[in-house]
Amino acid sequence: MIFSYYPGCTLKTKAKDLDRYARLSAEALGIELRELAEWQCCGGAFSMAKDEIATKLSSVRALADARETGLVTLCSACHNVIKQTNHAMATDADFAMKANNYMKLETPYNGETQVLHYLEMLRDVVGFDKLAAAVKNPLTGKKIAAYYGCLLLRPGKVLAMDNPENPKIMEDFIRAIGATPVLYPYRNECCGGYVTMEDKNLAAKKSGTVMQSAVEAEADMMITACPLCLYNLTKNAPEPRLPVYYFTELLAEALGVKEA
Amino acid sequence: MQRIGVFVCWCGSNIAGTVDVKAVSEALSHEPGVVYSINYQYMCSEAGQNLVKDAIRDYNLTGVVICSCSPRMHENTFRKAAASAGLNPYMVEIANIREQCSWIHKDMPTATEKAIILGRAAIAKVHLNAPLMAGESPVIKRALVIGGGIAGIQTALDIADAGFEVDIVEKEPTIGGKMTQLDKTFPTLDCAACILTPKMVDCAQHEKINIFSFSEVEKVKGFVGNFHVTIKKKARFVDETKCTGCGECTAKCPVKGVPNEFNLGMDNRRAIYIPFAQAVPKVATIDPNYCNMLKNGKCGLCAKVCGAGAIDYKQQDQFVEREYGAIVVATGFNPIKLDQFDEFGYSQSKDVITSLEFERLTNAAGPTSGTLLRPSDGKHPHTIVFVQCVGSRDTSGCGKTYCSRICCMYTAKHAMLTREKYPDTDVYVFYIDVRSPGKNYDEFYRRAVEQYGVHYIKGMVGKVAPRADGKLMVQASDLIAGEQLHIEADLVVLATAIEPDKTARPLATMLTASMDTNDFFTEAHAKLRPVESPTAGIFLSGACQGPKDIPDTVSQAGAAAAKVIGLLAKDKLTTNPCVAESNELMCNGCSSCEKVCPYGAITYLDKEFRMPDRTTMVRRVASVNPAVCQGCGACTVACPSGAMDLKGFSNSQIMAEVDAICQMK
Repeated sequence: MIFSYYPGCTLKTKAKDLDRYARLSAEALGIELRELAEWQCCGGAFSMAKDEIATKLSSVRALADARETGLVTLCSACHNVIKQTNHAMATDADFAMKANNYMKLETPYNGETQVLHYLEMLRDVVGFDKLAAAVKNPLTGKKIAAYYGCLLLRPGKVLAMDNPENPKIMEDFIRAIGATPVLYPYRNECCGGYVTMEDKNLAAKKSGTVMQSAVEAEADMMITACPLCLYNLTKNAPEPRLPVYYFTELLAEALGVKEA
Repeated sequence: MQRIGVFVCWCGSNIAGTVDVKAVSEALSHEPGVVYSINYQYMCSEAGQNLVKDAIRDYNLTGVVICSCSPRMHENTFRKAAASAGLNPYMVEIANIREQCSWIHKDMPTATEKAIILGRAAIAKVHLNAPLMAGESPVIKRALVIGGGIAGIQTALDIADAGFEVDIVEKEPTIGGKMTQLDKTFPTLDCAACILTPKMVDCAQHEKINIFSFSEVEKVKGFVGNFHVTIKKKARFVDETKCTGCGECTAKCPVKGVPNEFNLGMDNRRAIYIPFAQAVPKVATIDPNYCNMLKNGKCGLCAKVCGAGAIDYKQQDQFVEREYGAIVVATGFNPIKLDQFDEFGYSQSKDVITSLEFERLTNAAGPTSGTLLRPSDGKHPHTIVFVQCVGSRDTSGCGKTYCSRICCMYTAKHAMLTREKYPDTDVYVFYIDVRSPGKNYDEFYRRAVEQYGVHYIKGMVGKVAPRADGKLMVQASDLIAGEQLHIEADLVVLATAIEPDKTARPLATMLTASMDTNDFFTEAHAKLRPVESPTAGIFLSGACQGPKDIPDTVSQAGAAAAKVIGLLAKDKLTTNPCVAESNELMCNGCSSCEKVCPYGAITYLDKEFRMPDRTTMVRRVASVNPAVCQGCGACTVACPSGAMDLKGFSNSQIMAEVDAICQMK
């Protein structure tokens, strides 16, 4: 099985682990992730302005390049931007026309590419049952709190990954790698996001609420798919703090492909 | 050649504002056969009708064309006027130049041209009209009420009190509906059971009322005055005629863990059960999903303890055929499922409950005997948050776009009663708007705020997070103070939107009654015929037509009953003469028409026809029963040989209209 793969800027700098373990695990699961040639930054945030075209063009370029294979994303923010852009290309004729006019592609692009988040790839392509069967070092006894944040699931109708108010895809993933998921109410709340640039206290408050909720639920650790969430939880949330990992690191560990 | 009169109505400025009515009457006066053409301000007024009557007499008119509003509005008015002047009423045609012309156009020349074309089409049709005579059909003097909640009960009682027989079909083992589950009722706070159960008993004892409990409507055929209905009496495995409702079986049944629907699953019942003490009929029912005897033949305890010998494990569904003159739909409502509203944590905490569950928790006959206790730990809640509009007035696509209408008032009631009984409890109500337009309703709501100190906060709750210590963290916005609130609550009550019962949609199909996009039954006219369905003989009572509280439901139930009584009081109904007719010479007996007829009005006869050379031949031909035919026209479209025609709307008449419209002048 071959997919085009969009890592995104952060995965090349601050979040190399998220990327590295994802590639190793995919290989172990028999999936080839082909990094798109000459991909560009997704822009980091999907502009709500209807007439904003330019910041979405890099996503359109990536999507058009992945037409044949489908596109796997990993960073929550990239996934959010690319999937929303894809939806706009498929449903907003005016936006699609303007974007196509600007891009001057040989074949106009109209949202045909299937965009899969790495977790969706595990659930829908590999299958959590097959994943469980491939696990060599089950993380038995580990109580893991899944942290979704806000970008991975919302807007729910466009991203269509899971119920944004009561998701279960990461909990199912945790079970598949042999650990025990811990449910806590703030698992789908915002960590503070980019606010940390402007107001550290507010980011501390937001990520603190999440962290405290996971601590109260007696988790051993947290997992996330988002570099910014990991940053806020580990740098801004007040003590006591749980260790926070990228989900791909635990995946690689369970599959026995994480280097010592 | 017909002698046709044309009457163009201004409808005040409704038509005359966009249509040059003088130009229309002038243009139409030159049409072939038109001997008289006039325009007038209000043709439907007495003076206007007199214009029509006088012209019929003075000009010996044989046909009349009225250019006015929709025929649904005044066709009957003008037919009556024509008849009183001696003209067959079916020689009147309406050209709709209001709804289909003046109201939808802005430009006067365009609208005027279109009005003239519509008038021409009507004139072309009148040329081919023939006088029609209405027949009669008898009325079966019995009514069927589908649904035995407060709406159905009130309708049945009112019809029965007028002396007509009524059957109530109720799908549950007892009548009473949602109102049996309520504690007190706004705005007077009388206990629901105290005012409802006497009515349930009245139904049971009324000699004109027959209750089919635990039954469903299986099939409906026929038409107004003559409905043939098949009722399925579901097997309850207890002989209703023998069961005395003593309750011995329900006390002895060993299967104890069945979720009790009456208390919304907050406690348990047995596999054999009577829903509640005042059930009507007070007869036990066995739940085949849980009964050991029915599942694997091991038990039989209830049969042993039943002194009346009423238990019958071999009982089957029974089908009863009944005839009715009128049918009343009273299928009621249900709270919506909360799957789409996980932000309120309903599925994640036992202490997040719906308002109907709150009713059970405060009802003396409920799972806590009326003491308000948290479902999770049985402790008294000290902080309660009520959330209004959960799924109502929803534009996100997760809930309903409409206002459920009852929630503001029952939430005020819940808040008030909580403060009255437990003054140490802090009560918050989050609302979008408080809607309290009924009689004494706003006073009631203000009492909750001013006298009982309920904290009303304009704003919505964004999240309810269950905390490890059992508290519910309620995150909300206060729109007036412009701030975020975080409340530690012990209990959260969701004022859940209501929707029509799931049985309504298949029932509407059976009745050929129309529904709106929310599955509420539509009324014949939103303002002037609110309790009648557009399908003749089908009437609407209660929340099946739209969200309603008890006072409105009872009013509507009585209104529906009055309409039914008006129908049943007639011995015969005038039938619509615009029925299908088969031309035997062209019919080849293919049965296409019979297959599409929804009323079963078409039969086949073997008929002898004279052939050339003095021979005869027997052929199978279609024959329409005019008393059963409703003139829908399905057969005329299905007939491959063009033998089937609809009187008053014949193929040649329709084609003449089309020709007139397409003609360029």
